[in-house]
Amino acid sequence: MSVYIARSSAIAARSLDGEMIIMSARDSTLFTLNEVATEIWKAADGVTPLDRIVRDRVCAQFEVEPDAACADAEVFCTQLAGHGILLISDRPIESKTEAAP
Amino acid sequence: MTSDIVVEIGGVPVLLRTADRALGKIIGERFANFVTSRPSATPFEMTLRPDLEGAPKRRTIRGKRLGAGWQFGRCDFHAEWSSETGRGVIRQEAGSGYPADAFLRIFHSLLLPSQRGFLLHSATLVRNGSAFAFCGVSGAGKTTMCRLAPPEVTLLSDEISYIRPAGDGYRAFGTPFASDLGRIGENVSAPLKALYLLAKGPQNKSEPMSRREAAASLLHNAMVFTDDAEISRLVFEAALDLVMRVPVYRLTFVPTPEVWETIT
Repeated sequence: MSVYIARSSAIAARSLDGEMIIMSARDSTLFTLNEVATEIWKAADGVTPLDRIVRDRVCAQFEVEPDAACADAEVFCTQLAGHGILLISDRPIESKTEAAP
Repeated sequence: MTSDIVVEIGGVPVLLRTADRALGKIIGERFANFVTSRPSATPFEMTLRPDLEGAPKRRTIRGKRLGAGWQFGRCDFHAEWSSETGRGVIRQEAGSGYPADAFLRIFHSLLLPSQRGFLLHSATLVRNGSAFAFCGVSGAGKTTMCRLAPPEVTLLSDEISYIRPAGDGYRAFGTPFASDLGRIGENVSAPLKALYLLAKGPQNKSEPMSRREAAASLLHNAMVFTDDAEISRLVFEAALDLVMRVPVYRLTFVPTPEVWETIT
């Protein structure tokens, strides 16, 4: 089963010195994403399956094993979804995902 | 007969109007350095009414949008103003200057983000024409840094700094917002040269912070009196803009005058 992810509109985000800084506008919690997480975040358009994002954006750039990378990505996305800064679904997400900063 | 007092902070004038002449005198004295008879722009007009009856019962210090304006308050006042008309009302306990002080703090915290600035929980002082901000939670040493400052240093605020972009950098403005034990700042401004995150320690040491750390610390100390997502987003952008242009240091210090030798 595919997993789809989309950036929440209730956040503020900016790239700073190669890292993505994200603030939840809901509770002002701050998150810093590393390079790999930033690639996933940027590709979270709601319509590209997570496994394809990992294959095309992560495995293509970083030396990671695909199955392990997919498992890690799902954990990471679930954590961000728990803070309300990422939407996660088993079907494409029809939302107004903003262009990645 | 009313008292009209214009309090201008950061170049933003607010006219406080009251029919209570004694209250007018209290406000005039409280904000003395910031009262002007020649405002630099058309002032926002706030009418102070000594009646809390009929005001919303559930008052929160955190601003909530009200149509094209805002409302907020606490046990001793309730304020509403319209951004469209530039006018509003402060219902308050009779004879107290505290509601006007609280109103102005919150008012400016809501207004500044749209100008890419913000209020910061920090002391700010001017030395040799440049402003230095000392940031930290209560007890971090803001008032101590003010007390230890050399005599030629000018105090902008010992508690809340008013910071806004200007030219290629940022400018810090004096505010009348003082700590409980502090004194009122001077009504002047200066380019912000550096910002220091305070921590007391065994020796005086100033270390540059990464921009990510600096941004996180600034956001932690930004004064945001609202849960409004748009204001939070603007303050986030403003803090990240600032760390791109102003150096931020972690200042560990011993509370003696020598600490000022590390401030350059």
